[in-house]
Amino acid sequence: MIVGLLGGAADISPGQVVLQALDWLPLVDVHSGLAPVEQGLLYEIRLPRVLLAAVVGGLLAIAGAGYQGVFRNPLADPYLLGAAAGAGLTATVVIVLVPAGVVAVPVAAFAGAFGGVLLAYALGNTAGRSGGTATLVLAGVAVTSFLTAIQTFIQQFKVEELQRIYSWIMGDVGGGWEQVRLVLPYAAVSSVLLLLHGRMLDVLSVGDEEATSLGVRAGRVRLVVLLAASLATAAAVAVSGLIGFIGIVIPHVARRLAGGSYRIVLPLSLLGGAAFLVLADVVARTVIAPAELPIGVVTMFVGAPFFVGVLRLTRRSAP
Amino acid sequence: MTRPTPGGPPRTPSSATSGAPAGSASHETSPKSAASTHEPTAGTQAGTHETAAGTHETAAGADETGAGGQSSTAGGQNGAQGPVIGAVAFSVRLGERRVLDRVDLSVRPGEWLAVLGPNGAGKSTLLKAVMGLLAHDGEITLGGRPARELRPRDRARLVAYAPQTPALPPDMTVFDYALLGRTPYIPYLGRESHHDREVTASVLDRLDLSGLATRRAGELSGGERQRAVLARALAQQAPVLLLDEPTTALDLGHQQQVLELVDRLRLADGLTVVTTLHDLTLAGQYADTLLLLADGRVAAAGRPAEVLTEDLVGRHFGAGVQVQPGPDGRPVVHLVRGGPRR
Repeated sequence: MIVGLLGGAADISPGQVVLQALDWLPLVDVHSGLAPVEQGLLYEIRLPRVLLAAVVGGLLAIAGAGYQGVFRNPLADPYLLGAAAGAGLTATVVIVLVPAGVVAVPVAAFAGAFGGVLLAYALGNTAGRSGGTATLVLAGVAVTSFLTAIQTFIQQFKVEELQRIYSWIMGDVGGGWEQVRLVLPYAAVSSVLLLLHGRMLDVLSVGDEEATSLGVRAGRVRLVVLLAASLATAAAVAVSGLIGFIGIVIPHVARRLAGGSYRIVLPLSLLGGAAFLVLADVVARTVIAPAELPIGVVTMFVGAPFFVGVLRLTRRSAP
Repeated sequence: MTRPTPGGPPRTPSSATSGAPAGSASHETSPKSAASTHEPTAGTQAGTHETAAGTHETAAGADETGAGGQSSTAGGQNGAQGPVIGAVAFSVRLGERRVLDRVDLSVRPGEWLAVLGPNGAGKSTLLKAVMGLLAHDGEITLGGRPARELRPRDRARLVAYAPQTPALPPDMTVFDYALLGRTPYIPYLGRESHHDREVTASVLDRLDLSGLATRRAGELSGGERQRAVLARALAQQAPVLLLDEPTTALDLGHQQQVLELVDRLRLADGLTVVTTLHDLTLAGQYADTLLLLADGRVAAAGRPAEVLTEDLVGRHFGAGVQVQPGPDGRPVVHLVRGGPRR
């Protein structure tokens, strides 16, 4: 996976020259022969872009793994649980109300993502007293539909902003250093929290009753992990828009490769998600160059068939 | 089948000596055990009120049980031959329904109690309530301490529980699954220690699962699954084992294998065992004491021969049965063609 990350990072450049330039960045003294302008371009645009893609991809994947552990449902995903719809709604509202709100959009998306998940969680908890996993996922679906409806409603009022709304919704990791700095603290906190809970998620995987019989306060663990995963999702969505499928596909692959223990699945998802999104970004920028595809399109285009393939494989190996 | 292995849970050899085949284990009935004051209908069974038909001799010297070094946290339970599990008038409500109604319970160290009853009688509920998974009225004591006062971790070091349909994460290896039993000893965000892995490995060894340690749970057969679940419960090193229908979905041979295994472990480690069992004859074969539940109340309790009577079984199960003494004197229950006799 680390190799994948490096490979992705190297792939980004249109040649070995830039590979050398990348080497020049972390303390290694290699003469790349690049003009200062090109170096500036690399440092100001490419590098933050790669970093942001890696961070966002890692966050989405680890958040997905966290949700799957909490809900004991391999199909749980940041986007199923109201996070995306919440972020989409608040971002749309901000885009519509504040025409030049560059900083406001991520902040609003952050609040929206968090709000969406909490709403789904609260709904799921009150609907089914024991907080069954199916109830929670269904609540997430309900919240998602409802928030998306409102969001669509609002965006129809401001047709002239449609382009901006859509480009945000389809995902973008070209935010620059500002966005990287914005996301890093949250990324660090949420990832560390999630990684620390790997063993607890293993315990939860035998079900609430058995987890309780093993001396674990299942409800509390679930809440902490849920908060951490939602923080990760919100941070990722805030700086990148909506990028789907990573939260399902990457943890799934990690599980197939390395077994069911979350102690391995969580870190593997973090790395795998980072690598995957960096690669996806490369594809997004090169396929129809000089124009760019929205990165969300790439992840879905690659992710959906891949997911079907994984499903079929799973079915075959476990009859 | 397995020999005690070094590094495994320490056990008390003395308890094994008293572990005569279960048939001889049902000694005299304890006169001082709490009578079930709410005994409703079993008027004919005058002698069966004592829920704790005395089998405490079986457990003589078994106070330390299998908890080994960790049992200190259990707070010197059963030190004075008191019940390991005690309950006075405890009731459980699920929604509107009173699933258990003022049940008294007293299980002595080293005893095997089988909880019987028709579907819906509250058997599983009883186990869950003792495990602390369900809210209840009335008092339950574990190891002499009120269960309410025990922190979840402490309770988990005292009582291990295997549900009727345990969820084995299909991608998890058998070793990792059994290792979950060490959870009560591992700090919240910490890692398992070397000792935890050793204990787990030795438990797997005892259950003949070492060869399957790296196998994923989803690839196990029914009997292997059951043993894996048992391994997890044993890794907990708790002196009390609660098993909900441990023989469900197992064929004849595997049923016997699992119950023999539990019996051996009980005698070797001085474990106290509480199981629910559908099969009355099996229950009578292995358990020292039977507790018959009907509609959430104790209908009868006592030695197998006292509880497995044609009258009691016929009445509470609505079945026509014939009860005969088996080869070792324990009752064998036969269904009789033609349905319940009037």
